Amino acid sequence: MVADAEVRQPLLQMHGIRKSFSGVQALRGVSLEVCAGEVHGLVGENGAGKSTLMHVLSGALQPDGGEIVLHGETVPIASPQAAQSLGIAMIHQELSLVAGISVAANILLNREPRNGVGLVDWRAMNREAARLMAGLQTPVDVSSPTEEFGIAVQQMIEVAKALSYEARLIIMDEPTSALAEVEVRRLFETVRDLRKRGVAVIYISHKMEEIYAICDRVTVLRDGAYVGTAPTADLPKERLIHWMVGRKIEQLFPERHVRPGDVVLEVAGMTLPAAEGKRRVVDEVGLTVRAGEIVGLAGLRGSGAGELLGCVFGAYGSRAQGKVTLRGRAVAVRSPAEAIGRGIAMLTNDRKATGLVLPMSVLHNMTLASLGVLAPVGLVRRQAELSAAQPLAESLDLRAASLDVEVNALSGGNQQKVALAKWLLTDPAVLLLDEPTRGIDVGAKAEIYELLDRLAAAGKAILLTTSELPELLAMSDRIVVMHRGKVTARLARGEATQETVMAAAMEAETHEH
Amino acid sequence: MSTEHDRGRPGRALRAAGRYRGLVALGVVLLLGAVVSPRNLKTGQSVFLTATNQSNVLFEYAEYGLLAVGMTLVILTAGIDLSVGSVLGFVATLFSYLLIARGWALPSAIAVGLLGGTACGLVSGILVSRLRLQPFVATLAMMVAARGAAKMVSGGIKIAHGARPWYAVQDAPPPIFEWMTMPAAGGWLRPVTVTFLVTILLMALVVRYTRFGRHLYAIGGNEEAARLSGVHVTRAKLLAYVLCGLTAAMAGICNACHMGYGDPEAGFTYELDAIAAVVIGGTSLMGGRGGVMLTLVGTLIIGYANKILSLIGWQEAQRLLAKGTIIVLAVVIQETRRHR
Repeated sequence: MVADAEVRQPLLQMHGIRKSFSGVQALRGVSLEVCAGEVHGLVGENGAGKSTLMHVLSGALQPDGGEIVLHGETVPIASPQAAQSLGIAMIHQELSLVAGISVAANILLNREPRNGVGLVDWRAMNREAARLMAGLQTPVDVSSPTEEFGIAVQQMIEVAKALSYEARLIIMDEPTSALAEVEVRRLFETVRDLRKRGVAVIYISHKMEEIYAICDRVTVLRDGAYVGTAPTADLPKERLIHWMVGRKIEQLFPERHVRPGDVVLEVAGMTLPAAEGKRRVVDEVGLTVRAGEIVGLAGLRGSGAGELLGCVFGAYGSRAQGKVTLRGRAVAVRSPAEAIGRGIAMLTNDRKATGLVLPMSVLHNMTLASLGVLAPVGLVRRQAELSAAQPLAESLDLRAASLDVEVNALSGGNQQKVALAKWLLTDPAVLLLDEPTRGIDVGAKAEIYELLDRLAAAGKAILLTTSELPELLAMSDRIVVMHRGKVTARLARGEATQETVMAAAMEAETHEH
Repeated sequence: MSTEHDRGRPGRALRAAGRYRGLVALGVVLLLGAVVSPRNLKTGQSVFLTATNQSNVLFEYAEYGLLAVGMTLVILTAGIDLSVGSVLGFVATLFSYLLIARGWALPSAIAVGLLGGTACGLVSGILVSRLRLQPFVATLAMMVAARGAAKMVSGGIKIAHGARPWYAVQDAPPPIFEWMTMPAAGGWLRPVTVTFLVTILLMALVVRYTRFGRHLYAIGGNEEAARLSGVHVTRAKLLAYVLCGLTAAMAGICNACHMGYGDPEAGFTYELDAIAAVVIGGTSLMGGRGGVMLTLVGTLIIGYANKILSLIGWQEAQRLLAKGTIIVLAVVIQETRRHR
């Protein structure tokens, strides 16, 4: 596969693409070559220029220089519509389907089949959409509203949409960032199927395992420049990371030396009923976290691990039932405000949707959760804010033009640091972390792991959940595995392996199927 | 390091111009006014530049400005308050009714008038923050209801001294009417104008330097993130609508003094002018970005632009078309700045 991809005539060649934003070079002469029937990984740290390059390719941005050759012909790509008619489709990380209309209407948006009098031929549309979805092994009712389906299915809808206009090149931007393990496997099958059909896929990801599992070749960008392209089979992981960060990351995960202290957080009988129906999202869960300890919560999507954190944090108000004990004292936590007051902090799993106030400045985001302390009588003093935030920003190596820029303007890793900083400023005893490294680059990940290790050493009790198993295994001193709201295993650091954790996380499924 | 964060760093001068683009626009309007304004035949002085003219513009736009102050708070939370015009009318009639028809003492009439407007804001606020109605719907309902209340209080007619059926109670205009609308001794500022300026300044300080103000931005920028950061979202939103009702009530009292009677139709479509002033100032209708001082600039831009156009002889019809154009331009400039 790899060998003949190299002799084949490339489907796409991008040469010397340059792009700058108000004087800052985002792309400095980047090249990319993709063959038909190839899955081509595109990797680099946040800010390396991957997104900009793909926006150029999909017509959303116009390059300042360079050329794009498609099927051996130089083509201008003036708009997303032009890209579409050239057979280029981009599936964004934040899916761009229209809510409120049916799956079929989304797939054939703007290309609806018409009947004799020029009105939409719904029957033909549903038939065509159903055929496409069935071809992707995702037979769903295409006449039902799109938002009824989860992210995994919505991704398939995007793929079907691309196929409906015979896309020859599909760009996938971190398609697995919100998927569970099982869904990832299904997505990979689809990608392999696309490859068989001769479709080229450009696959952007931060996850090493995925790059090696699915990509034939990989191109690395760094600081807006092209670093290299190589078949994944010939590129050892260490070299790939070296290409990405320009330096060697000796060790992604810090070594944990645990000296757990007293029990800080104790949760008993925590239950969260689903918003509708009788199902329990979290079902009678109990666990303890000691000072200086990182406890990992493992679970696939729907396991309730993330929701459990929300319950402890009071995010569900009185819907969550259960006992929370802090340092031996039973406390009622009915709102995030109460949780913060008692020294509990929660980093949410989606910094853009629930973590940060994007149009606010870095400084104001950092102090948002601690205004109660910084502004005791309700008057906010900038000097007080600065003297609290500045040292922390420095110790986190937060890279921003100034603390007054909108947090919107920072890269993913730096945004995550701001979100964490907000909680550190509240000086919490308990840190609940939901996907603390989602969508950030390797360098920033290593820094965050290092930070968590330091926080634990300083005596914080940390409860961590993440969909990245290697991360969970490396960082956790103990692992609690959940499945469908219930705890299915409690593993000590020594007994936890990918296999034992996955087995417990999928427990009921293996019984049922 | 990252291109994304460097994008927010154009030339220093450009950035300053971007941040103060409202002031720049106001400057342009004022300059234009000085240039195109007709001159006084006797003195040869530009009519536009006289103190009287400034005093008039500030006076004429004080009511809109007051409405816009409260509106800014609500819009910062990504809400909207369509009821302010009706609340103005309601309070204008309530105040006049108590003063003229009932012969109440001035302080109690003012207090009850302000309370009436604040109550309207409280109801809107409860509908929006606790019952989670969409602000548009909740305040649309309040807009209709407050207009009804105004007509109920007045019986559907203007409440003026010496007019039926109130001449028996008051046959002279209440002194407050004249006092509020005449320049204070030795100056050119009228008490109505002073009320507006003091209110806007006070509110600007509140929004900028209090926890409540910070919470408004956080809620408008990302309500869920704000809630999960311990912000009492319900409380802050409620207070925003209450304050909006209060400033609308102040505008209502000013309106009654200005007109010399309580008109149940007063303030009709004023909410649109208030929203326009907020938007032209540069506060985003999406919430989370903007500020009260920007609204002062927005109010002045509308006020002066309108004045200039009338000085050069444009009719109201043409001025309305021009106002529409200004609103569109202001929003377009805002958007291009953000998406650059």
